[in-house]
Amino acid sequence: MHELSLLENVRSILEDHARDQNFQRVEEVTLAIGALSCVETEALAFAFEAVMKGSLAENAQLNFKHIEAQGHCLGCGQLTVMEMLYDACEHCGHPHVDVVTGLEMKITELKVS
Amino acid sequence: MCGICGCSNPSNTGKFSAIDGAKVSLLTTHNHGHEQHSHADNQRLIQVEQDLLSKNDAYAAENRAYFKANKIFALNLVSSPGAGKTTLLVETIKVLKDQFPIAVIEGDQQTEHDADRIRATGVPALQINTGRACHLDAHGIGHAMQTLGVKANSFLAIENVGNLVCPSSFDLGEAHKVVVLSVTEGDDKPLKYPDMFYAADVMIINKIDLLPYVDFDVERCIAFARRVNPTIQILQLSATKGDNFSAWTDWLIENMS
Ligand SMILES: Nc1nc2c(ncn2[C@@H]2O[C@H](COP(=O)(O)OP(=O)(O)OP(=O)(O)O)[C@@H](O)[C@H]2O)c(=O)[nH]1
Ligand SMILES: [Mg+2]
Ligand SMILES: [Zn+2]
Ligand SMILES: [Zn+2]
Repeated sequence: MHELSLLENVRSILEDHARDQNFQRVEEVTLAIGALSCVETEALAFAFEAVMKGSLAENAQLNFKHIEAQGHCLGCGQLTVMEMLYDACEHCGHPHVDVVTGLEMKITELKVS
Repeated sequence: MCGICGCSNPSNTGKFSAIDGAKVSLLTTHNHGHEQHSHADNQRLIQVEQDLLSKNDAYAAENRAYFKANKIFALNLVSSPGAGKTTLLVETIKVLKDQFPIAVIEGDQQTEHDADRIRATGVPALQINTGRACHLDAHGIGHAMQTLGVKANSFLAIENVGNLVCPSSFDLGEAHKVVVLSVTEGDDKPLKYPDMFYAADVMIINKIDLLPYVDFDVERCIAFARRVNPTIQILQLSATKGDNFSAWTDWLIENMS
């Protein structure tokens, strides 16, 4: 359940921003999660309410933006879509692909008041 | 050490919400009286772009700078429960403890058992009980180093919680993640838990003394690991019987300098 630690981090980031940008409440939080990131959006959604309780984001709405995973093929040099870390290149079948996008887990947007 | 949080709590790790108590109270005294207003009218959107691991990564960077400044070679050992991390460390200490100072940070959800096993070798060890958390984090490591008083020009082994999933995301500031896989676990572990094998620089295939008794295809396992991580270094050994153990201690000595 590292989702709990990640959400505690989210809460702490929200508090930093509240101080710097002068807001009191967070109404919505949008997270961008890559297809290869090692986090379950369902587990995040499940724990979100509990972790935000008593904070400035209590009862905030949680949104997800999914980021497709793409890699750079070490065989043919093209970009290829990945569903797993060890997917082979969709163009040439080369087994080794360097991940370019899809490992992200980040906060991208807040609706605050 | 704890320049970022400035906290004096020696072990925040594992406590669910210890980190932000000070910040919360700051917020509630700020803009007093304003809470009664309705805020629906002044909603706004803020673009953030901040990694969910950013706090941990900041602590990890702080640890890494400390390791570098003090020439401490730190390894983060990860595996499923029972793959042989503590045994590997105990045997490593027996071979190397006269060559340079060694210290160990042990992570387990509960008990002091593994730290006791390390201390029996005469080397300092600190146990972190992570409680409900299933991994060590960089903040806890920073505090543990302080408590342990890790010496300069030394080897610091960090044994993570036995878990092939969560510890892969949490950088502790180590030079390398070393994943230990024992032959009783099945040769397809690298594909089942790719994140960890992707994050590791070294894979140790342990308990090779048991190969005659189990269906474990070493070549298949290596092929799977390289499919996930083409540059991973692979060592095969038995921590209890000592087979090929010097390949590991040689690797350590070579990479320390
Ligand atoms: N046969 C054999 N047994 C081993 C070897 N290495 C470790 N073991 C045994 O495996 C069991 C677990 O070893 P530990 O060193 O406690 O494993 P660990 O990874 O530290 O376990 P956790 O900290 O609980 O995750 C013990 O009974 C060890 O004696 C080996 O090379 N061969
Ligand atoms: Mg152990
Ligand atoms: Zn290709
Ligand atoms: Zn601290």
